Amino acid sequence: MAGSTLHDGTTPLNTAPSQTSDDAHGYYTAGEPIVDPVAPTGPIKDRWTNRKFENRLVNPANRRKLDIIIVGTGLAGGAAAATLGEAGYNVKSFCYQDSPRRAHSIAAQGGINAAKNYKEDGDSTFRLFYDTVKGGDYRSRESNVYRLAEVSANIIDQCVAQGVPFAREYGGLLDNRSFGGVQVSRTFYARGQTGQQLLIGAYQAMERQVAAGTVEQFTRHEMLELILVDGKARGIIARDMVTGEIETHLADVVVLATGGYGNVFFLSTNAMGSNVTAAWRAHRKGAYMANPCYTQIHPTCIPVSGDHQSKLTLMSESLRNDGRIWVPKKKEDCTKDPREIPEEDRDYYLERIYPSFGNLVPRDIASRAAKYMCDEGRGVGPMVGDFRRGVYLDFSDAINRLGEDAVREKYDNLFDMYERITGENPYQVPMRIYPAVHYVMGGLWVDYHLQSNIPGLFVSGEANFSDHGANRLGASALMQGLADGYFVLPNTIRDYLADGPFEKIDESHEAVVEARKNVEERIEKFLSINGTRSADSYHKELGHIMWEYCGMERTEEGLRKAIDMIRELKADFWTNLKVLGSADTLNQSLEKAGRVADFIELGELMCIDALNRRESCGGHFRGESQTDDGEALRHDDEFAYVAAWEWGGDSLEGGQPVLHKEDLIYTAIEMKQRSYK
Amino acid sequence: MNLTLKIWRQSGPNDAGGIHTYQVAGISPDMSFLEMLDVLNEQLNEKGEEPVAFDSDCREGICGTCSLMINGQAHGPEVTTTCQLHMRSFKDGDTITVEPWRAEPFSVIKDLIVDRSAFDRIIQSGGFISANTGSAPEANSVPAPRDKAMRAFNVATCIGCGACVAACPNGSASLFLGAKITHLGELPQGQPERYSRVVDMVGQHDHEGFGGCTNIGECASACPKEIPLDVISQLNKDLRTAMKNGH
Repeated sequence: MAGSTLHDGTTPLNTAPSQTSDDAHGYYTAGEPIVDPVAPTGPIKDRWTNRKFENRLVNPANRRKLDIIIVGTGLAGGAAAATLGEAGYNVKSFCYQDSPRRAHSIAAQGGINAAKNYKEDGDSTFRLFYDTVKGGDYRSRESNVYRLAEVSANIIDQCVAQGVPFAREYGGLLDNRSFGGVQVSRTFYARGQTGQQLLIGAYQAMERQVAAGTVEQFTRHEMLELILVDGKARGIIARDMVTGEIETHLADVVVLATGGYGNVFFLSTNAMGSNVTAAWRAHRKGAYMANPCYTQIHPTCIPVSGDHQSKLTLMSESLRNDGRIWVPKKKEDCTKDPREIPEEDRDYYLERIYPSFGNLVPRDIASRAAKYMCDEGRGVGPMVGDFRRGVYLDFSDAINRLGEDAVREKYDNLFDMYERITGENPYQVPMRIYPAVHYVMGGLWVDYHLQSNIPGLFVSGEANFSDHGANRLGASALMQGLADGYFVLPNTIRDYLADGPFEKIDESHEAVVEARKNVEERIEKFLSINGTRSADSYHKELGHIMWEYCGMERTEEGLRKAIDMIRELKADFWTNLKVLGSADTLNQSLEKAGRVADFIELGELMCIDALNRRESCGGHFRGESQTDDGEALRHDDEFAYVAAWEWGGDSLEGGQPVLHKEDLIYTAIEMKQRSYK
Repeated sequence: MNLTLKIWRQSGPNDAGGIHTYQVAGISPDMSFLEMLDVLNEQLNEKGEEPVAFDSDCREGICGTCSLMINGQAHGPEVTTTCQLHMRSFKDGDTITVEPWRAEPFSVIKDLIVDRSAFDRIIQSGGFISANTGSAPEANSVPAPRDKAMRAFNVATCIGCGACVAACPNGSASLFLGAKITHLGELPQGQPERYSRVVDMVGQHDHEGFGGCTNIGECASACPKEIPLDVISQLNKDLRTAMKNGH
């Protein structure tokens, strides 16, 4: 196939993969291959422009007759609600928090990428596209990624117009910095609180539409079921988390912008409430879950201090611009005060192994390198289990070079946060960091229009799979959320809605009645098991299994073991769970039970996906697939595909997920082994 | 550490509610205050007693979800959010009183959880810049003076937690309001709606039942993000200008 020309005049640069290994044999059923039915063709730089024009229009008078449900109010959901509301559709927006402003996008620290080339340092749309595809280890779709890079510049314009207070230079123009994995300065930031400022911008734009009457806001609501009528998404069943009322909401289109599922690991940098339920309920209704095993482990997290920990806190990756990462050369120095360890006894291992990128290597590489140092016995900080799980992130050079005030201005809130959590002053003693689960690149499968394989069900932001491949570049999550919400969905949903008006359905429709009944029975089940263990305790146990066997490094043996353990845990959960209280009131134990039940099933699928993918790529590192010097080894000939999993029934009843493969064919970028040396 | 907790329990909005006393043992100084409550809840669940309902989400001090009056202070004894308050701020054997935010417009939903949707309605009344998607000018076409942008940023860090209201003897949300007025009023993009914004937002604030500001300053000392008191001066100045010009 390589070398020949496709019908649109572009030339494929790789051949279709053909998997020969079958590690997951017996755990899954092979399904038909899939393709993106709306994939654009032609020169990559024209694809989105052409598509925007080709997508059909809905006239303003008809828009107000069309209803859109958006679940989630982070950057992807909030921005979409604001924009679609402004366009004149009837939008219903749902979030589990008490206000849309609390979505976890708010916690993103470092910044947002945009190919503005304000620094004239060689940046361009193509370079951002190239860096993203390469950073994702060639496991993303090139058309989607190019579009992301292309609209990135508009995002900054939009946010500035909304009053997002980005950092500025003395002349009043916008400032940039550089971020992990790239060699240009293209990251726009608002000190260490960029996510907060962007989210507040989207939130305010959305609240403006609430006031205008185009967006109706449902807070403290949780989606518990997707309603399908004639194979199309037509609404959701949600629980009012205050009154316990089970509500039916019908619409012409449903958007899931519900974030990631990193909390499957129990400890992660996600918010406590971040969950997979909405996506998983859709998966059980037929939506494919793509590449679930791709988990990004973030290298710069505050290390775990003990068993009581409920979550982990990230230190922005931007710190790697000025901080130097090291461990002692000698094991016996690991318990010493780091300030007393002389320069020649420090191993600046990233600068040593990866001289051209140094401390700015991509996240997967930085994370794994830290793990190896600790596994070798050169970690620092308190003993957790058998190892000291920490490496130094040292600012003494930066403080000497720039002065403490300059460092403070750049990072003060991060330094304060670190001190608050650890009780140590990072201006005086080097910070300690360790990798932690941060972001998931897997998610519901979508086509170029961000529509899942269920018509009328769109998925955006972290909840979909398409743009980051096997690894996400720093400062790209915010970019994708806002690109999807402000610019992509409003255009592609419009094309879908141009087929309307759709047949009206009401609450008496059998599909609605059925969906409601399922939700009610499930809640009743949780409350009636009356066993001995809390939902939290199951969550913690699941998290341990996932981190141990499906975390930074996975092996065939470990994954098989994990699947068995998860199945046992699942059987126990459904017979020994204890949920107190009732269904008709605010009941946090009940909320957790539903989420943990879904996390358990997702965890099992993640392990099966990881077992099947006998290659190392991005956030997925298989012990069996590495180069002689321990770097990740991809097998493009076997695995250059998206693994899209169809729900095949509960494994406790003999069900098996069905694997559909979407081949990844590149026409604009040649696949290369990544090297940051 | 062993602690005695006196916690406000209220089964729903119509329940009278009251203080219940619990003992917790084995608390480590590295735990956050909320992790300490997690320990209590696991213990209650085991005993067959319903866990204490409280709000939290990011547990990184940024989302503004967590609340709690701890020993009569909003977010407790340190200038931070409750999720970032660590047990090292307490001593073995302490008795700690935990109550929900106290303010008329923040009605109790259950136990320690209150309804803060009034804040959303205040934002809806004008806490935004009307910029339609897709029509924004090139970002660098409107330079913003660095000091103004810095000031805007410094007050835009408000997390909307409501500590200012809970701390204020008058139940005023003026600090929350002032932070938003200042954030948007400092930027060139915020100028066209500057004066209508302040009138509308103050109107909504009063309509929700928040009290007036009498410059006591408890709000600023309770604010976990250290929003300065002078945002209220800026709010009042903008309001005066607006009134004078007939907005």
